[in-house]
Amino acid sequence: MGKVVVVTSGKGGVGKTTSTAALGAAVAKTGKKVALVDFDVGLRNLDLIMGAERRVVFDLVNVIQGSAKLSQALIRDKRVETLFLLPASQTRDKDALTEEGVGEVIDKLRSVFDYVFCDSPAGIERGAQLAMRFADEAVIVTNPEVSSVRDSDRIIGLLDARTLRAEQGEQIAKHVLVTRYDAARASRGEMLSIDDVLEILSTPLLGIIPESQDVLRASNLGSPVTLSEPLNAAAKAYLDAARRLEGEDLPVVVPFERKGFLDRLLGRRAA
Amino acid sequence: MSLLDIFKRRSSAPVARERLQVLLAYERRNRSQPDLVSILREEIMAVIAKHVQIDQDYLQVSMDRGETMSTLEIDIQIPNKSARPLAMAG
Repeated sequence: MGKVVVVTSGKGGVGKTTSTAALGAAVAKTGKKVALVDFDVGLRNLDLIMGAERRVVFDLVNVIQGSAKLSQALIRDKRVETLFLLPASQTRDKDALTEEGVGEVIDKLRSVFDYVFCDSPAGIERGAQLAMRFADEAVIVTNPEVSSVRDSDRIIGLLDARTLRAEQGEQIAKHVLVTRYDAARASRGEMLSIDDVLEILSTPLLGIIPESQDVLRASNLGSPVTLSEPLNAAAKAYLDAARRLEGEDLPVVVPFERKGFLDRLLGRRAA
Repeated sequence: MSLLDIFKRRSSAPVARERLQVLLAYERRNRSQPDLVSILREEIMAVIAKHVQIDQDYLQVSMDRGETMSTLEIDIQIPNKSARPLAMAG
């Protein structure tokens, strides 16, 4: 039985889809069978980030409604042969996803794949709740910024209340993935530090992804950064996060910016 | 702006942390119970409806949360009898 991991955040634009692609590709590179499921019905983007936008024929809604088989809708990645994508549909019908239908699809995926990553839409509405509903674990993508941290806290509350596991009295494993971290700004006290974020959310840390031009470039090229530029700092951080997700006990190193002369003079503490 | 101000402005993170801690402590407490304001609104509406017929829009309930005390503001507009048909139509 595979593990179902929801990638969620509440707030939009923090890097859910990018992180789903990067983490999923990183795990698949180790030989594990990985399915990435886009739950953002109406606003699908995981296909674009994965560079598979021209290969979409059927989608999640087609499978749920029975107009396509799961095997027909799954798109195999051209770079990693154990990596698959199940795209979201472009339909504007918000009720296209049913809990029962999603449950059946997730069950089938779970029986075939080692990992099923569910890329949640932003918000806390139906789509986001369905994305997390059947998850065993959750990756909460957070930017070190007030509105993102607040929304993450809200999502953590939902994960503990609205997931099937939570309702059955079981624990859902939660991990915070801090993205777009700028060590220089954090050390100058302009950005919430990692300690601040973890203390506020009191949830274990999966990794810290530094702000990086290469993540944008990877998106432009339609390739997860962990595949296109694995030696880049952001890619390395995702690769490490993926190993932690697989249970490896790998210490997290907070990206460190050397203090400038003025900071030393003023005795500022680095994050 | 003095030189000192430039340096002072830099450390906004501690302010962010403190604001979040206060806000989230409040939000977590209230998460388990449904929205107090909307419950109050519904019940007040029901009480008034026993005696006077008013439109939903004529009842405003709002909560202003202070540090040690919060203020509940209830604003009920009861249309005069003669004005009622007009108000209902609007």
